[in-house]
Parts: sequence; structure tokens; C-alpha cells
Amino acid sequence: MQFMLLFSRQGKLRLQKWYVPLSDKEKKKITRELVQTVLARKPKMCSFLEWRDLKIVYKRYASLYFCCAIEDQDNELITLEIIHRYVELLDKYFGSVCELDIIFNFEKAYFILDEFLLGGEVQETSKKNVLKAIEQADLLQEFQKVH
Amino acid sequence: MSDIVEKTLTALPGLFLQNQPGGGPSAAKASFSSRLGSLVRGITALTSKHEEEKLIQQELSSLKATVSAPTTTLKMMKECMVRLIYCEMLGYDASFGYIHAIKLAQQGSLLEKRVGYLAVSLFLHESHELLLLLVNTVVKDLQSTNLVEVCMALTVVSQIFPREMIPAVLPLIEDKLQHSKEIIRRKAVLALYKFHLIAPNQVQHIHIKFRKALCDRDVGVMAASLHIYLRMIKENSSGYKDLTGSFVTILKQVVGGKLPVDFNYHSVPAPWLQIQLLRILGLLGKDDQRTSELMYDVLDESLRRAELNHNVTYTLELLYRITNAQNVTVIVQKMLEYLHQSKEEYVIVNLVGKIAELAEKYAPDNAWFIQTMNAVFSVGGDVMHPDIPNNFLRLLAEGFDDETEDQQLRLYAVQSYLTLLDVENVFYPQRFLQVMSWVLGEYSYLLDKETPEEVIAKLYKLLINDSVSSETKAWLIAAVTKLTPQAHSSNTIDRLIQEFTISLDTCVRQHAFELKHLHENVELMRSLLPVDRSCEDLVVDASLSFLDGFVAEGLSQGAAPYKPHHQRQEENLSQEKVLNFEPYGLSFSSSGFTGRQSPAGISLGSDVSGNSAETGLKETNGLKLEGIKKLWGREGYLPKKESKTGDESGAPPIPQESIMENVDQAITKKDQSQALTQSKEEKEKQLLASSLFVGLGSESTVNLLGKADTVSHKFRRKSKVKDTKSGETTTTHNMTCSSFGSLSNAAYEDNYYLNTLHDRGDKELKKFSLNSELLDSESLTELPLVEKFSHCSLSTPSLFADNNMEIFHPPQSSTASVANESSLASSFLEETTEYIHSDVMKVCNNETISVSSNKVWKDDCLLMVWSVTNKSGLELKNANLEIFPAENFKVTEQPGCCVPVMEAESTKSFQFSVQIEKPFTKGNLSGFISYHVMDTHSAQLEFSVDLSLLDFIRPLKISSEDFGKLWLSFANDVKQNVKMSESQAALPSVLKTLQQKLRLHIVDIIGNEGLLACQLLPSIPCLLHCRIHADVLALWFRSSCSTLPDYLLYQCQKVMEGS
Repeated sequence: MQFMLLFSRQGKLRLQKWYVPLSDKEKKKITRELVQTVLARKPKMCSFLEWRDLKIVYKRYASLYFCCAIEDQDNELITLEIIHRYVELLDKYFGSVCELDIIFNFEKAYFILDEFLLGGEVQETSKKNVLKAIEQADLLQEFQKVH
Repeated sequence: MSDIVEKTLTALPGLFLQNQPGGGPSAAKASFSSRLGSLVRGITALTSKHEEEKLIQQELSSLKATVSAPTTTLKMMKECMVRLIYCEMLGYDASFGYIHAIKLAQQGSLLEKRVGYLAVSLFLHESHELLLLLVNTVVKDLQSTNLVEVCMALTVVSQIFPREMIPAVLPLIEDKLQHSKEIIRRKAVLALYKFHLIAPNQVQHIHIKFRKALCDRDVGVMAASLHIYLRMIKENSSGYKDLTGSFVTILKQVVGGKLPVDFNYHSVPAPWLQIQLLRILGLLGKDDQRTSELMYDVLDESLRRAELNHNVTYTLELLYRITNAQNVTVIVQKMLEYLHQSKEEYVIVNLVGKIAELAEKYAPDNAWFIQTMNAVFSVGGDVMHPDIPNNFLRLLAEGFDDETEDQQLRLYAVQSYLTLLDVENVFYPQRFLQVMSWVLGEYSYLLDKETPEEVIAKLYKLLINDSVSSETKAWLIAAVTKLTPQAHSSNTIDRLIQEFTISLDTCVRQHAFELKHLHENVELMRSLLPVDRSCEDLVVDASLSFLDGFVAEGLSQGAAPYKPHHQRQEENLSQEKVLNFEPYGLSFSSSGFTGRQSPAGISLGSDVSGNSAETGLKETNGLKLEGIKKLWGREGYLPKKESKTGDESGAPPIPQESIMENVDQAITKKDQSQALTQSKEEKEKQLLASSLFVGLGSESTVNLLGKADTVSHKFRRKSKVKDTKSGETTTTHNMTCSSFGSLSNAAYEDNYYLNTLHDRGDKELKKFSLNSELLDSESLTELPLVEKFSHCSLSTPSLFADNNMEIFHPPQSSTASVANESSLASSFLEETTEYIHSDVMKVCNNETISVSSNKVWKDDCLLMVWSVTNKSGLELKNANLEIFPAENFKVTEQPGCCVPVMEAESTKSFQFSVQIEKPFTKGNLSGFISYHVMDTHSAQLEFSVDLSLLDFIRPLKISSEDFGKLWLSFANDVKQNVKMSESQAALPSVLKTLQQKLRLHIVDIIGNEGLLACQLLPSIPCLLHCRIHADVLALWFRSSCSTLPDYLLYQCQKVMEGS
């Protein structure tokens, strides 16, 4: 995977993760272009589109769009499931997650993403294991607060 | 070199800080930590990009000052970092903070370090010069004994790491491949994968170690290694041909479902892993016949499983939905076929439930029904839902309309079970054996040829079988007990008594002793265990009236009247005028009523000390049958918890000749001339199709979205018992009702109707059902229909305090927009059916718009509806309503909260579902509405709405039994006596008030005591036991939540004072 973007229906970026080295200027340009392209698409249109030399896989959950860029030989269906599993993870962690959870706790959303995908590859697909890792780190924080 | 850099860093004045905040006031810190919240809110409130830019620049300059100030603590720094990330996400340059991110990762304790590393990975890319400053921190953390620190370091390395610094960490990471924790091994593999990508030469020497990772016992580690292999094989497939066997084996295990279940993704085993393996195999087998041959089997299997998993679930669901009386045999046969080859528990449970439901609804004949249920019990065995055997037994016991047919069905069941028990060396699931024992015990008398003795002998054979659980043995002994009066003489019974009265299992021993004693008095036993009477209401003399003589004698000799323990305790307390905060749940067990665990049970006893003759209205010979009663009568087949013993293994295939016959018949009926021209396979398919779709014409209405209940069921349960769950409750309930005066009785009934009304799932029928309920209502039958209706709507007490129960109809416009939106967002959907809601209240307005809100008390949440009316003659654009995050709530925007255009003088509604995160006493929700007028002028209006915890209290509908169980399991206990005026002090009116104003559910009323239950959403139950004693109302709350009882007590007192 090359990058993942989360943005709202209003086009506000909520989370960005880049797995390839790009300049800030380039990142901004890509984000702007993709947000526009995806938001302009009608609900019944395909979740996949070819964009530059990449494939874009996106899915909308309530007011939030999850958008991934993958390479030509990657499988877009399994990418769509990656998105869904990430949403499931967020949902399990926050408890019926909504956009506000991600806005106000975006660092948590990043932590979860980093336990699920690492360096652009799927790291762990067991929901239990991913959340265990997050909880472990969270727990240590709690412990620290107490002491 | 990096050492020097680090030292330089250390030297920078004001950059290194102690962990101590230096005595800064905690209030300042708290406000500091919510800065992100206010920043986000501030930005949301803005209307132009220009304003945003200004605000962010301001924020950035304040951040810049803070991060470089010497007094900034690491904790504050962490918070700053989060805001910097946020600013960068919005597209503003925050590069001045990069160095501080590195510092935070280096110096922070876990909490801060985690954010520091995150910021670094988001801010920098792998060729960024500052990244070199991170190397030492990474090295240090990799050597840490704290797992979380090691994980963080590995995570950052796997994302960004300067290529030239790889040698500094490589040996450390190699070591981690042998780490005892799988998460560390997994991350180490991924870090090495990263190195392989950016500097393949540097990791060449550890290729052998990758092989170890591939064989790791942890799935995650193995899966991580596949990333490396995919890459390496892509580069040079010939170098890894020898691994083909390993990949094939792994894939075989994956598709065979050998992985832990949490790797399943929607019941597909590890799809990501499968795809990865398939890609690898694809590369290895390319242009290589010999290697490819190794994969054929597993590829075939993967393909088959993929189709099966995907399509079968769908097909079965479809079949289930199209089933009707004509095609049921063929559909159930298909389902059974799949059931027999299915291994996954979820599939079995699901399918077994469907088959049982279809069989019950559409069974064409007795034999088919019993055979099908046999298959269900054999395969579903101990995993199926306990409702299935319960419903089955109830159906058998209650029968349907035709008594002869009932008897035939029962006889068939008995015969079929006897046949099954004759088969040697077959083990049936415990639940199935229990079903058999009950049926044999009840209905063996229908047999012509076999004598009760023969049946008893078969049951005895099971009893001495070691693989039968002790719970099942209790069922078996009960069956034998029921058969004993019918048997003339049986050595088996004597032997059984002899053997099992010395059983080590107390339950079995108890049953055996009961049998022994009853066996000594055959006459008594006959009257006690009459034939085919399982459906008769069992009247238990709960008042123990047969002890009246004994009590009277005691009283005449000067004994004090009996008072139950808790009453005594209470009286002592009120004399002492001290509150007792000790939970006194233990008094239940000490009061000596075995098997009665609810306060209801206790008070039954307490009531009757003096006047038992009055309450014990319907008494029979008054025998107590504690042990046997459990299995006999309606109670006998209530769900039971079962210990999972390893007896699922030998589930036998059930003979299905009758099913086959049915199918054959269906097939042969079809048009044969047409079939002649087609190939055999084609023909079969077509015949199957026609037998499947028979009866699906236009005349039969089949609802694809849910089984319509208009279809007449083969085995329709008698309505008499439809609503009552257990005979015992009914009796008590009746007794209570009849003891009330006619007035209070009516009031109670009133509530009862309201309850049933509320219980109804089909809420759209509310008004009609109300009407029909009235028709049944005896108390009002003299009134003409119309009057009845109006009377009802007048007298129907509002469920809620402000007397405004209405059916909620969402406004037309919003329905339209919601419908529109719902096609966009498949999840987060909320139904807009009808719920009870509050008055509409105006919350704010200006010259252009007015906003009003109301609360809709949905079953699972509070739905806040804000209706925005455009009062002006102008079109409004981008109307957007947002709610600020609130401390105790979780507010979820329902689809449709941004309206592009609002026409002049129109109304739009915005819905938010509100869920509670922790109990509170007073809360409010505030938000704002923003809109544009004529594309230029923008405006914003704030508002706020108060919420009370009562908005989240819902009735909890449980049975008295469940109440008793829950009561004992709750630790938080609050008790209070409330004084009432003489006029108030009647239980029915008190209960009614509590039901209406606090939304408590009346579980049961026993004498002068009432049991109520409610829950705080999402699911924190709270129970209330109340009792009227003269003019004192004793309230006793219990809950799993510590604050809820106090809160409810407070509300109760308020309500009582107010009424």
C-alpha cells in the first residue's frame, strides 16, 4: 500500500499515512486531487479507480471516507477488506466509532493503524491481537498515571 | 557520530527538561490537555478558509513559543505534538516541531514516547536529515527490558529508518527474531522486510533466519515473513522452489480452518494470508510444470472452499427465505446435507436454528417432523440454541388443535427414539438424550407393544453408561420415575434405586431417593404422576397452608407471629434510627427456603404467617415435589445450563428415508416429456429447481425481508400458553390480582395493557393493538366500542412525566432526505420507526431560522432531533448542524446532517443518537447550526439542551426468576424508607407512578411487595424491590453499577414527593 487517507464529506482530512517517501508539496497535491475526485463520485459508482499509475480503493462509512492507494499488481478486493477491518478495529476500540472519535483521538486511530498495517503491509489480521497490543500500551499509560 | 549529535542536543539550553512539572497547578495542566479539543472546535466554528489560516497561524506561533520554552514539561510537549500533527494534517507547516518530536521520543516516559515516535513517523520521511538523531533512541529502546518500548522502536524502524544506519540496529533486530514474545518477533520480521526493501544487500546473510520465521508457531510471525518471501521470490523465484512444499502445507492448514478462529474474517479463514500465499505459489509455479503439480490439490481445495464459504451462506439464506409448505422438504434436505459436512460451530448453530424453525412452521407430516428434529438434535447437539429443544418439547406437550393427531405425533416420537436407542455404539448429544428421556417418560404409555418395563430397561442402560452426563442422568431418572407407576413390577427399578441411592452425585442421589420413597407408596405415586398431564397447571400451595394447624397451635401457646428475617431487621433498624449500609442479601439463604432465591420467593413465605387460608386460594392436596417438579410440568423443559463435555464427537447420521421419499415424489410429479430431451444432470437440476420454487407464485406472499407471519403454521401453539412463561408465575400472579380490590385491579390491568403494548415489536400497530387489547378486556366490555377507544386513550396513563405520549412520525422532508442518505451509508443506520418522544421545545432562533428539539426515547439510545425551520424567504445553503463533544455522552451524527440547500420556509431535521458513556446527574448537549445566506453572508447560532439520566433509563423486561438471579448477583445495594401520606400508600398506585415516571418495568407483584426493573442504556440493569408497610414505602435498589441505585433512589423520592 502506498498511502491511506481518511477525509470527511466536507473534504477535511482526518488521518493520513504515507508508506512511500514523498515531499510535503507532493503529498498536499495528491490529497487535494484525490479528495476532489472521490467526493465527486456518485454513491453507486465503483469503489475502485485507476489514478495515475496507482489504483485507488475507497469506501465511505457514514460521513467519513477511507481511501487507499495500491500498486497495479495489488488486489483491490482484499484492500477493501483491509479498510473494513480497520473500521472494525476502530469500532471495537472506541465502541461504535464515529467521525468525532477519530477527530478528537486521531493519535489513537494512528496507533491502531500502526498495529494493523506496518510499512504499508498487513502486520496482523487478528482483531484480538491488534487490540491486545493497543491495550497493553494503554494500560502502561494508566499505570504511569497512577505512579 | 550520533553520540555527538545527542550530546549537542543535550547542550541546547531549555530543551531538556525534568519530568517534574515543577509544581505547576494541576488546573492549568488539565486545561492544557483539552487544547486539541478547543482547537478542533475553534476550527469547526469558522466559516472561511482565511479565518482558518489566521487561527492556525496563531496556534502555531503559540505552539512554537511553548515547545521552546524551558518550563514546558514533557507532558505538555506531548500535547503540543498532538496539536502539531493536527496542524500539519490541515496542511500547515509545523517543521519547527520536528526536532521536539525526536526529543520527546528520546526523553519521554512511555506515554510521551509513544506520541513522540508517532509524530516522528508522521513528520519525517526516511531521507530526512533529522532522522539520524533518532538512531540512538531506537538503539536504546531496542535494548530496553520494557516490551512496549521495544515494540515502539521496532514499529518506527519498520516505517522509516535511514539506510546508512542499518548496521547500527541490525544485530539487535536479528536478536529479536528469537524473542519469546510473538509480537516482538513479528515486528522484527517486518523491520527486516523494510531493510530488505531499502538495502537488500545488508540482510542477505540472514535469509536462513527468515526460514525460521516462516515456520514460527505464531501465525502472525509466519504471515509477516511472507511479505519478505513474496518480495524475494518476485526477484528470484528459482531460488525458493524448495519452499513450495512449505507454502502448500501452510495454505492447506489455512483453508482447512486449522488457524485460531480470530484469524477468520467474516467466517473466511485468514483471507489476507490466503491471498499472499496464492501470490507466492503463483510466482513459484510460473512456467514450471513440476512445481505447479505440487499445488494442484491445495489450489483446488482453496477454490472449492472459497466458493463454498461465499456462496453456500448466501444460498442457504436465500433458501431459508423462500421456504413454504410445498418446498419445505427439499429445502430442508439441502440444508441437512450441508449441515452434515459442515464443521464450523457458527454455521451449525445458525443452520440448525433455521431448520428447526422451518420444520416447526411447515412440516408436511409427523414422521418428517420428528425425523428432521432428530437430525437437528443429533448434529446441533450441545451447541444449538436451548430454545430449540424447549420449543420442541412444548410443542409436543401442548399439541395443536387435533387431539388424535397430537397423540400420533407423540407416539411417533416415542417409537422413533426407541429405535434410535436400539442402535448399538452410537452416542447422542446430551441435549438429545434429555429430549428423549422427557418424551419417553411422558408418552411411553401410548405404546401398544412395548411395555413400560421395556422402556425403563432402555433408560436404565443409558443411566449406567459413563458417557452420559449427570444432568442427563437426572432427566433419565425422572423419566423412570414417571414410568414406574405404570409398570407392574420391575427388577430394574429396584436395581436402579439400589445403585443410585449411593451415587456420588448429589443430584442423582436425590432423585434416586425420591424414586425410592415414592416407590414404596404406589397409590400416592399414581396420583402424583398422572399420565399425560404435563400441561396441566401445577398448583403449588405456596402458602404452606397445611401447616396452619401447627401455626395455630404455636400461636395459641403464646408464640410470636412469624416475621421474616429482613422485616425483623428493618424494624430493629427503624427503632434505632440508624441506616444500615450492610447489604443483607445473605438473609435470603438464612431464612431456610431452599430453591427460592428472589425476594419474591421470600415474601411469599412472609405473607402467610397468620392468614394463609386467604392467600392460598387454590389448593390441592398440597404436596411439595421439589425434586421431581424440576422435570415435570412446564418448568421441566426450561433452558438449562450445560457443562460442555466432550460428547459432540459421535453425532450419528440420521436415517432419512422418509425425506428422500418425499423428494422423489416431488421430482416424479414433474413434467416428464420435457425432461426426456435433456441430459441427466440438466434434468436433475431443473427438477430440483421446480421443486424448490413450487408455491412461490403470485398467490403466495413471501416476504423476502423477513418471514411474514401470515403463513399458517403447521404446528401453531395454542394461544392459551403463548404469553405465560411458567405456570408458577401465572398462579402467583392470579392470586395477587384477585386479592386486590376491584379498583386497584383495574388500575393494575391498565398498566398491564400498557406493558403489553410497549412490548409489542410491531410498533406501527400500536393504536390498533390497543384497540384489540381492549376488546379482550373484560373490565370494559359493557362500553360501546367507540367509547372504549376514547376511554382508553383518555385513561391510558402516559409513560412519561410530562404526559405527552405520542407516536413519533418523522417529518416528511426528513424521511425523504434520510432515505436518500441511507443508500449512501450502509452502516450507522438508524431506523426511523415510531418511538415515544418528548414535547418539541424551541432551543434558539433568530430572524432567519428557528431551531427546536425533541427527545425520542428509542430502545437503544436517545435520539435527539433538531428541527430547523427557515423562516426567511431566502434560500439557505450549507446548513450544517454540529454538536460539540460532551463529557459523558457519545453523540453520533445520523446521516443527513448537512443539507446543501434549504428552501425558503422549509423545515429540515437533524438527528443525533446519544449514548451515555458514564452515569451522570445533570448533563447537557450543546452545538450550533451554521448556514449561508445567498452564498455570501454566513451565520451561526448556538444552542444547548439539558439531558437527564432518566433519558437513558429504559424498562427492563425480565421474569421474576431472572429478577431473583440478578438480585443475588448485584453488589451495590441502597435502601431507604420513604414516608407517604395515607392516601398514597397503596402499592398499585406507587408502582404505577414508578412505571410511568421512571420507566421502570413491573416484574411482579406479590402481596404488598413489588418487583421492578430497569436498565441504564446500553445495558446496566438496576432492580428495585419495594414494599409498603403502613405508610412507609421501603425501597431497596440493587445494581451492578454503584451510582445508579443512589440516583434512582433520588428520583424515586422526587417522584413520590411530587405525586
